[in-house]
Amino acid sequence: MMTIEQLNKIRDAKRDLVMVRKLIKEQGEEMAKHTGYKKQVLVCGGTGCTSSGSHKVIDTLEKSLKEHGLENDILVVRTGCFGLCALGPIMIVYPEGCFYSQMTPEHVERIVEEHLRDGNVVKEYLYQETVHSDGSILSLNETAFYKKQMRVALRNCGVIDPEQIEEYIAVDGYQALAKVVTSMTGDEVIDEVTKSGLRGRGGGGFPTGRKWAFAKASESDIKYVCCNADEGDPGAFMDRSILEGDPHCVIEAMAIAGYSIGAQKGYVYVRAEYPIAVKRLQIAVDQAREYGLLGEHIFGTDFSFDIEIRLGAGAFVCGEETALMTSIEGHRGEPRPRPPFPAVKGLFDKPTILNNVETNANIAQIILKGADWFSSIGTEKSKGTKVFALGGKITNVGLVEIPMGTTLREIVEEIGGGIPNGKKFKAAQTGGPSGGCIPASHLDTPIDYDSLIALGSMMGSGGLIILDEDTCMVDISKFYLDFTVDESCGKCTPCRIGTKRLNQLLEKITEGKGEMEDLEKIEELAKHMKSSSLCALGQSAPNPVLSTLNYFRDEYLAHIQDKKCPAGVCKKLMRYEIKPDLCKGCTLCARNCPANAITGKVREPHVIDQNKCIKCGVCMQNCKFNAIEKN
Amino acid sequence: MEKQTVHAFTGTAEQESQLKEVIKQHHDQPGGLMPVLQGAQEIYGYLPIEVQQMIADGLNISLSEVYGVATFYSQFSLTPKGKNRISVCLGTACYVKGADKVLEAVENKLGIKSGECTEDGLFSLDSTRCVGACGLAPVMLVNDEVYGKMTPEQVDKIIDKYAKAGDAQ
Repeated sequence: MMTIEQLNKIRDAKRDLVMVRKLIKEQGEEMAKHTGYKKQVLVCGGTGCTSSGSHKVIDTLEKSLKEHGLENDILVVRTGCFGLCALGPIMIVYPEGCFYSQMTPEHVERIVEEHLRDGNVVKEYLYQETVHSDGSILSLNETAFYKKQMRVALRNCGVIDPEQIEEYIAVDGYQALAKVVTSMTGDEVIDEVTKSGLRGRGGGGFPTGRKWAFAKASESDIKYVCCNADEGDPGAFMDRSILEGDPHCVIEAMAIAGYSIGAQKGYVYVRAEYPIAVKRLQIAVDQAREYGLLGEHIFGTDFSFDIEIRLGAGAFVCGEETALMTSIEGHRGEPRPRPPFPAVKGLFDKPTILNNVETNANIAQIILKGADWFSSIGTEKSKGTKVFALGGKITNVGLVEIPMGTTLREIVEEIGGGIPNGKKFKAAQTGGPSGGCIPASHLDTPIDYDSLIALGSMMGSGGLIILDEDTCMVDISKFYLDFTVDESCGKCTPCRIGTKRLNQLLEKITEGKGEMEDLEKIEELAKHMKSSSLCALGQSAPNPVLSTLNYFRDEYLAHIQDKKCPAGVCKKLMRYEIKPDLCKGCTLCARNCPANAITGKVREPHVIDQNKCIKCGVCMQNCKFNAIEKN
Repeated sequence: MEKQTVHAFTGTAEQESQLKEVIKQHHDQPGGLMPVLQGAQEIYGYLPIEVQQMIADGLNISLSEVYGVATFYSQFSLTPKGKNRISVCLGTACYVKGADKVLEAVENKLGIKSGECTEDGLFSLDSTRCVGACGLAPVMLVNDEVYGKMTPEQVDKIIDKYAKAGDAQ
């Protein structure tokens, strides 16, 4: 069993070691003297950086430090995600705060010699935004990418070693749990969460405190706390990053929730496609048990709580709360009609609350810093911050956390660094397959739950995909419908048949066979799906179509009336043609055409047989005379 | 209807005893079927009807229930996978950066469609939803190796590398 005194002792012993990573330069250097290490090197071990080879970077680093006899002076820490995934693998050296990007084992060897051994920063390997023209170096927090961010849910990601519980304790970890179980009643906790204005970060935006209050009010000797880590929205990866970078914050929040509603058991339902997150979460649960922070009589009180991890198996619908519970029960993950709501009759028919990972990541901070602090951030009806996974056609692909009310323009142009290759912004897609597209004319809208719904989209779990002028809006709607057709569980008719029919209509349009009345059919069908589907998957499946139809109707019309795809994406509407005046008859295109669709004699203009052409574009890439055009 | 290849079940006694161990471990756990199926797929690489029957007997539930769950989730496969498993991510971030063209290049190269396995059993191809490496979009996975910032032109070389490694054995 752990006492509060023991918890504080661990915190105080490790505090400086971790705090060095939050301060920089002079302050950090002073503090570094107390830690026993001259420098600390943090390497991102999140999925993004691991995929680009950060494990090789760490291996080389450790080997190289040993060769130079530095292994006792320099601490290597494998952290979670820093956020700037596009520049991975990322490595930061403290106390200087030097931000090295796109590391390779070769780079590391040079940095060990020149920087870590001799003290000279290797400027050419630094993230170039951090190097001034006069040669001085900026700290990470001063770069455009980080400056406008505010890290609450991600506060420990990229700071602590997620596989060491003591590093979490060093940054006040488990203090909130200690405070709750020793000095607050369940109702007081729920009041605090309610007052903070925290709303569910998984997509729905339901007030978290109210959800807890409903479950508290349900009479039952057994209740459950579930955590939804089945992040299914393609393009969203904030929950994964939190689990990889700060798994203990989720465990602590679930225990707090358990205490407040009177539950003793929690389940985390996590995607099996996230092996690193699953592994770190399991390590964290084991460590928490070992330290007595999960299990019987937590902090010597009567409160007992334990957590079990369940793996999902690749079904988007299991992100829906009742489907998730059905899946934990071992069945096909189909949603159930509500009421009864899970707070009354949920997992194994017992009162259950389900919170998303990012929601949980806010809980301990609300308890420690207070509801007033939390509700001072954000807009009138949406409090706190929101993490977005910024992806698509944007320079700084990665994870950003901003206060609610930040405009889309600030995210795209400042934090995101704009659109690469000089292309024009076309739309921002939020909410994934349940959300919609926001056009350039609404870039100045402050982002919160209600403003996004007013624009015909939704917050969703936080995927934010930027689309540029090369994206066809009809094609992107069809992409999402392909997804929902695949993922519809088939239990209710409006969703099962509706998504299929909607997809067929879109297919007809992208193939150039669309008619004007198809647009009316789409709108009519969408209306019925929204009003009569059993769960949110079907109710929101038409959103991508409706929002693009609203803001980009002219593109639909171009496909239907002119039989043209303005962005040049829809293959059936494309034609490759050879300009006879420019063609030299070199035969290169004919030899490379995989469909043998090009004929012609040597030194005479060639011709493409449109019936055979598969529109792959190989001819155009190969032509040395620019004689092939795409219409 | 297309002809479907029936693969003869080649499970060993050792695999069966491993499966029995997994079943024992989850037998009394509420909702234990999913972890058992996940364990079984790890042991056999896929879930043939013979394995499903063993699970049904072991957990004392009907085969139809096992089959219902096994076919509901995309993680579970009823047919064997290739020696090299190729997956092309079709999450949104990858899609807008041209993942469909990468998938097409792999399909052309191997002569199979997504969800199929080559006749020599060397490669199987799947399209997956987001693997979460959106910073590297578009992404292709071969077994557990991640290939980021893919172009259709790179496909040939990568697949040849695995094909050669297969020949050498």
